[in-house]
Amino acid sequence: MKKEVYINSIGSVSVQKTFDDSAFLEDIVTYNDNAIKVVDPNYKEFIPPAAARRMAKGIKMSAVSSQNAMKEAGLENVDAIIVGTGLGCLGDSEKFVRDILDNDEQYLTPTRFIQSSHNTVAGSIALDMGCKGYNFTYVHSNLSFESSLWDAKLQLATNEAENILVGAVDELVNHHVETHKFIDHIKKEAVPMEDVLNSGTKGIVFGEGSHFFVLSNKKQGSTYSRLIDMGIYNTLPEEKISETITSFLENNKISISDLDGVILGNNGDVEFDSIYKNLGTSLFEENPQLVYKHLSGEYDTASGFAFWLANKIFKTGKVPEILRWNNLPINNPKRLLIYNQYRGKNHSLVLLEKC
Amino acid sequence: MNRGVAITGMGMISAIGNNVAENFASLLSGRSGISKITQIKTVHESEIMVGEIPLTDDALENTLGYAHDTYSRTPLLGIIAAKEALAQAGIKDVSDYKTGLISGTTVGGMDKAEEYFYDYYQTDAHWNHINGLHAGDSTQKIADAIGLTESFVTTISTACSSAANAIMLGARMIKSGELDRVIVGGSDCLSKFTINGFKTLMILSDTYNTPFDENRKGLNLGEAAAFLVLESDKVVKNENKEVLAYVKGYGNSNDAYHQTASSEHGDGAVLAMEKALKVAGIEPKDIDYINAHGTATPNNDLSEGRAIIRVFGDNIPEFSSTKPFTGHTLAVAAGVEAIYSVLAIQNNIIYPNLNFKTPMSEFKLLPQTTLKNKEINTVLSNSFGFGGNCSTLIFTKEA
Repeated sequence: MKKEVYINSIGSVSVQKTFDDSAFLEDIVTYNDNAIKVVDPNYKEFIPPAAARRMAKGIKMSAVSSQNAMKEAGLENVDAIIVGTGLGCLGDSEKFVRDILDNDEQYLTPTRFIQSSHNTVAGSIALDMGCKGYNFTYVHSNLSFESSLWDAKLQLATNEAENILVGAVDELVNHHVETHKFIDHIKKEAVPMEDVLNSGTKGIVFGEGSHFFVLSNKKQGSTYSRLIDMGIYNTLPEEKISETITSFLENNKISISDLDGVILGNNGDVEFDSIYKNLGTSLFEENPQLVYKHLSGEYDTASGFAFWLANKIFKTGKVPEILRWNNLPINNPKRLLIYNQYRGKNHSLVLLEKC
Repeated sequence: MNRGVAITGMGMISAIGNNVAENFASLLSGRSGISKITQIKTVHESEIMVGEIPLTDDALENTLGYAHDTYSRTPLLGIIAAKEALAQAGIKDVSDYKTGLISGTTVGGMDKAEEYFYDYYQTDAHWNHINGLHAGDSTQKIADAIGLTESFVTTISTACSSAANAIMLGARMIKSGELDRVIVGGSDCLSKFTINGFKTLMILSDTYNTPFDENRKGLNLGEAAAFLVLESDKVVKNENKEVLAYVKGYGNSNDAYHQTASSEHGDGAVLAMEKALKVAGIEPKDIDYINAHGTATPNNDLSEGRAIIRVFGDNIPEFSSTKPFTGHTLAVAAGVEAIYSVLAIQNNIIYPNLNFKTPMSEFKLLPQTTLKNKEINTVLSNSFGFGGNCSTLIFTKEA
């Protein structure tokens, strides 16, 4: 008998003021840029200042979002820590490479190398918590977070674990932004927030963030939602996307009309947003459609923001106007589907139901 | 209940051979692949020894029929190993069953990223590598090369235990029925990034690595790719597949002690071994051979040695580290050693722990130092990494 999988708590540090759990996208941070950084919380409340000084930003952001998630779940420890990150603490990797090249491989110090290891966030949370349980880090581009969710679901459903801390983190780093502008993966021009999703230009506005959640096979007072099912596909020809989503829903005995809304990964890249737009005028025509990457920026684990968003919508029963992509009414939704892909690859489906 | 998951194919490339057969021949003849570095220009070339694959990127690309400068070395090595594994498993159409790919890597495309770090600003000649730094990009390139589409493909990076965790996840995916077949392992190439990183940690030996020796001076970095094909009982039965061995047990834990060092008494390692034994449903006495992590750093071998004593007590089976053959191949170490474990089971043989002379003062552990024939039914293989990541796999002859 497989167990149900619940989302019992959330924690977020993002380009928006999401670290403050008392509000829900009420005071929007706007920009006119092509790379946007997180709103820094007061890290001192979470990390001793001496330790924070040399700490990679990904570790710092994750200290805040993971501690908030643990606190809300009312837990001191968990059975497993699973983190997804496209590029790890890339800032330290970039600095370490720069040091190697600029100093001809001399005068290097280990901190930057240590923090470059992709698993440094999962390791440092385990160290702080004294968690000797299962510890994994997934690094598969924009399926990094989804791979982590998948693993957690597998363990919780089979009762191999009861509480799992699942996270998603990526940093904004200048070298990465500059080089990806060269190849039109990041927009060359600055774009105001309100225009990003209709920019009509190639590339995305790059962002960063850290999102953590406690997933459990036990429902409790703080429970937000139930993870019904998810799908991961490394490639999908465009003509098969609708059929894949339909059969995914059928497997869960759900029809398109049972969805109270879909959260789409539109990121304003004119070359690939047509995938969402085509679905929006066909398969999802009758569904309220929500978008978020104009608020979060695009990065490998931006779908962590979508997962945070869905749960926040369930808990508050509110759907902020700024998320709405079409005009269909959406009130107190009970069932949401998150669909994401990046540059036509690495497609994911996450189906959540309010608890 | 505790039935193992079938292994039906293996493929690899390392410093001691370009395929599984060459690797096995080197293990039998005691031929180490440790040498001076030739493929990377580094100021440390006179101070370090490495387990390098003695082929240029061009030679690898020629083997695969790719143009010059197509990919980073990580996917090139990975594609070679994955193709060999599929060939051995007799798989012509990778999509005829629900198939996944799970790869471990630490560097991804760092070799190209560091080479062209400033060059990208000068010319567009190497812009094809800009998006290749992603660890996941190397895995997707392997998926493309073997024709795996619309499938579960992911990448794990838990430092030097990555491939162990890829094998573990793969076995869990088969057991839970999520997949019928999964290709698991890893790929990591040498880079200035890792050479200098380990250099700053002062754990690189300037000579041949000597695991479990009192006078060990550190590790030799290596590079490799290794993949195994795991298949469900249904596929094995339908296709009448020859099973090479089984993944019987797996355990993962975190040492939660230090970002880069292992705890003095190997708490994480003990937990990983105990979990693996529990999943396998067997006792320590059932293990015929331990393929140790044995990196030859002062810290690892002491911590792992103590952990082995804690788990096995007075009845420690023959154990050895094969790192003196291959060097420490980082993310792939557990993939390389999984294949060596299966070969040990198939051929009833234990590999020598080369270069061992003096027992460590802290305990009386003596690794197996000569090639030994022995009935091998069960092998335990350890892999530990930065971030406190500890993983153990158990392989068996019977399901």
